[in-house]
Amino acid sequence: MAGAARPPALDVDGLIDDRRTRIIVCCGSGGVGKTTTAAAIGLRAAERGRHVVVLTVDPARRLAQSMGLSMLDNTPRPVPGLATPDGEPADGSLHAMMLDMKRTFDEIVEAHSDPDRAAQILANPFYQSLSSSFAGTQEYMAMEKLGQLRRAQEWDLIVVDTPPSRSALDFLDAPQRLGRFLDGRLLRLLTAPAKVGGRAYLRVLNAGFGMVTGVLTKILGAQVLRDVQTFVTALDTMFGGFRERADYTYQLLRAPGTAFLVVAAPEPDALREASYFVERLAQERMPLAGLLLNRVQRAPAARLSAARSQAAAETLQASGSHPLAVTALRLHSERMQQVAAQRRLAEHFTSAHPVVPVAEIPAQAQDVHDLDGLRAIGHAFGTAGE
Amino acid sequence: MSTRDSDWDGVRLHVVTGKGGTGKTTVAGALALALASGGKRVLLMEVEGRQGIAQLFDVPPLPYAERKVAVAPPTRTRPGGDVYALVADPESALLEYLEMFYNLRHAGTALTKLGVMDFATTVAPGLRDVLLTGKAAEAVRRKAGGKSGGRVYDAVVMDAPPTGRIGRFLNVTSEVSGLARMGPIRGHADTVQRVIRSPDTVVHFVTVLEEMPVQETLDGIAELTSLPGGAIQVGAIIVNMTRPLALPAEQVQAAADGRLDTDELAAGLKTAGLDDSPVLAAELAAELTDDARGALATELQRDRLDGPVRPCYELPWLSHGIDLGGLYRLSAALRDQGAA
Repeated sequence: MAGAARPPALDVDGLIDDRRTRIIVCCGSGGVGKTTTAAAIGLRAAERGRHVVVLTVDPARRLAQSMGLSMLDNTPRPVPGLATPDGEPADGSLHAMMLDMKRTFDEIVEAHSDPDRAAQILANPFYQSLSSSFAGTQEYMAMEKLGQLRRAQEWDLIVVDTPPSRSALDFLDAPQRLGRFLDGRLLRLLTAPAKVGGRAYLRVLNAGFGMVTGVLTKILGAQVLRDVQTFVTALDTMFGGFRERADYTYQLLRAPGTAFLVVAAPEPDALREASYFVERLAQERMPLAGLLLNRVQRAPAARLSAARSQAAAETLQASGSHPLAVTALRLHSERMQQVAAQRRLAEHFTSAHPVVPVAEIPAQAQDVHDLDGLRAIGHAFGTAGE
Repeated sequence: MSTRDSDWDGVRLHVVTGKGGTGKTTVAGALALALASGGKRVLLMEVEGRQGIAQLFDVPPLPYAERKVAVAPPTRTRPGGDVYALVADPESALLEYLEMFYNLRHAGTALTKLGVMDFATTVAPGLRDVLLTGKAAEAVRRKAGGKSGGRVYDAVVMDAPPTGRIGRFLNVTSEVSGLARMGPIRGHADTVQRVIRSPDTVVHFVTVLEEMPVQETLDGIAELTSLPGGAIQVGAIIVNMTRPLALPAEQVQAAADGRLDTDELAAGLKTAGLDDSPVLAAELAAELTDDARGALATELQRDRLDGPVRPCYELPWLSHGIDLGGLYRLSAALRDQGAA
């Protein structure tokens, strides 16, 4: 095609076969098939000899079933039935788990404090709300879990499916936001009265502090503030540096061995999000492996153009014969238009990001129901670059 | 006045949810246009900071202010109407709330510096959602000045968070009550809750006929109807991006099984003056088979939605993407099916 930008091919097999690749993060907006893609990558890598754990955050029961598991929970479960293309048992292994954010948060608390203090924190109303419903807790805990899996050294490849955030960028920001809050000035101010030496600090900031607690009391009520103070005091003496933990996982994401795959569908919104994400990753100097373009429409009879197909359908229809051919030609014409529209969107992306490698996954007529379905997807992106 | 009753006469807050990728924002926009027709004034509200409405109506990014973005065209039987848009973000909503109730707007800068805004709008569980639903409730209840005393908006349409989070988003009372057993924010949450759980509010689910979005729709409906604090009214299921069958219904199964008469197809191609090679016929047959399999999968999903008695609207897939013209087409389709 004249003038059309061709992106470099994304070599997914090369990426998963490279033993230095230790973490693959799949990100993208909701509804693009991110979770299924993450599972397909995990399966393909395992059947090519890697020891893989897939960390998903999407409670899709069907995905668990497609991997032969009745359900996924907070513990990695072995996936049975792995095989090489020749039908031999695979050398690698695959585990899958689903993030339970409250459980993960509870475990951090339990691991870092004595039983009494842990019980005190777990019973705190503010902690209960924070651990089960704060908009960023899921992202924070996903990153925390990733760190845990990495330290466990049981797997040589971790595939992470990122939370279905309103924006694909949330999971980069949310952990830092929570860390910033838990370590921040505001909490120091709030907890100051409970600490020795707090008074001197307070006197300096007296005016500001009075105003802030005044406003917070107005918004939240005094009881909430008391809960927050109790919670933070308990937490603070237990283990410092929530922010340090957030920074650690953030650094882990930037380390060599981590690769980001942006998943998108050939639709304007999904590709716009993908663009933002690519730019943001570059800004943060996070290692982007490339774009997986999912659900790409294909037309086997591509050499017959939309216009010719449409014209032939009209001629034939006028003659009143061969209704099957008329239907086939009309359908083909529509499909070719759709292929062209998707191609244009992909080209827009590539002209904005000419160095980002791309692999396409053709649209599947049916939803994935078993390992074979996942294998078909893996085969599609594995051979896309050839 | 309208010539007939719609399915939602008396409803003033339409919450539109759906799994990502189902076209929730587009449907919310089309619904707002449909509701505005007939000389009405409708507010379309966005709460997730994506500027999806601005893109949909092809206008520059919208601020935290109510702006007119579109006019519903008059029809033979109805006069036109106005659609206003508002991009609500929790920070602005909080500042507005502080000003409205405590005259504290000037405190904003200091609060931001100390991280209070961070805390109040992103960290404090549920608070963010109360602020956003609170803004919708305020717009629903707002009265016009002057003697008439009527409402400013005939209806408010909210482009809400996706299906997976809708229950938590709307069920603010229980979220906040875990945190605040009393106090002003609790009082505010209770007021919002009365609006959300009143007969004036319905939640519409947008889906496409694929397994996961349909499952999320069914799960979402089950969740809203069995919330601990009492059910929230479910409105319609809006099936988006439907395509007509390419083949006559009786041939779909044969095509899906790959039992199409490729000789007849090849003969047709020859008559049309095209390459009559069996290869082209086989390729086109493969496309038909693919399409038929998709259609059968779609029918399975339609059957799953076909249980509870509630309105189900279908919107066509627009091959040229969504532009303003397409949006008006979708709004007309919604009106024709009784949504407005």
